Amino acid sequence: MRYLKAFARFWFDFLVGEDWRIAAGVVAVLGAGGLLVSADALPETLLVLLVAAAIVLVVVASVLRSAPALRRAPARRPPP
Amino acid sequence: MAAVFLASAVEFVEAFTVVLAMGITRGWRATLWGAAAAIGVLALVTAVAGYALVEWLPESAIQLAVGTLLLIFGLQWLRNAILRSAGVTALHDEEAAFLEEQEAARVAAGEHHLGLDWFGFVVSFKAVLLEGLEVVFIVITFGLNADSIPLAAAGAGAACAVVLTTGALVHRPLSRVPENTIKFAVGLLLATGTFWAVEGLGVFSETQESLDWPGGDWAILPLLATWAGVSLLTVRALSRTNAPLATEAA
Repeated sequence: MRYLKAFARFWFDFLVGEDWRIAAGVVAVLGAGGLLVSADALPETLLVLLVAAAIVLVVVASVLRSAPALRRAPARRPPP
Repeated sequence: MAAVFLASAVEFVEAFTVVLAMGITRGWRATLWGAAAAIGVLALVTAVAGYALVEWLPESAIQLAVGTLLLIFGLQWLRNAILRSAGVTALHDEEAAFLEEQEAARVAAGEHHLGLDWFGFVVSFKAVLLEGLEVVFIVITFGLNADSIPLAAAGAGAACAVVLTTGALVHRPLSRVPENTIKFAVGLLLATGTFWAVEGLGVFSETQESLDWPGGDWAILPLLATWAGVSLLTVRALSRTNAPLATEAA
């Protein structure tokens, strides 16, 4: 069980990294995009641009949100 | 190819720093065996993962899965590069990392297995495996999306050759490599995973065919420009709010 946890932890750190909100936001946006595609709700070009813009916004919002907390955090070894 | 080369170079520099510290303090035999064992494991993982992805999944599903992974993975780099450029977090210092690893190696006990210094072997193995895994991931994701794993592998191989040659010549950690600038560029290039992830959403349509971007493959260029522009604006916004805080702290 300990090894399983360590294995899961490794892959989480490897793929998701320090800010899980970016990964969660990207997956949520793509999930919503998938629903719109399956419902054939929007013209393809509009949908492609909308999903891409939403991904960019999610990332910027997440970085801006996490910065104040990082500034207050004590100095530590920087991430790789 | 450029993205694979740059990203791999950064990972090779990090692995090289640890291997060099171990080699100098614990001896080269165990260190090089550790690195070689890790390279063997990496080769196996690359062959199995690459084959499984290509054989089992339809093209749009690969684009969605691989594009999403590439995007999430690359956005970590971009996020860290933005925060470092804006002065929110500290820059990564290979010279300091080298000294830290060297000190840890010096105080570690001298346990031996299979005739090898176990500390040197394990630390070298772990460093090469972990940094190498990131290289494998980048090679597979970029290779599959660009439809040429050999070309992506060649990019990583070239980066390895450049780092090892430079490292062997100067025989010290490559602390002069402008790491954050390279990471910024790599983060931007990996963020083009957006292109493939969005294309792959076509797997949810009736035909399961990939979605088309306006302008086809050329859409990658404005996409890259958008990520670059937005990232620089974010750095500027964070730097502006960082300055008064730094003055207050001083």
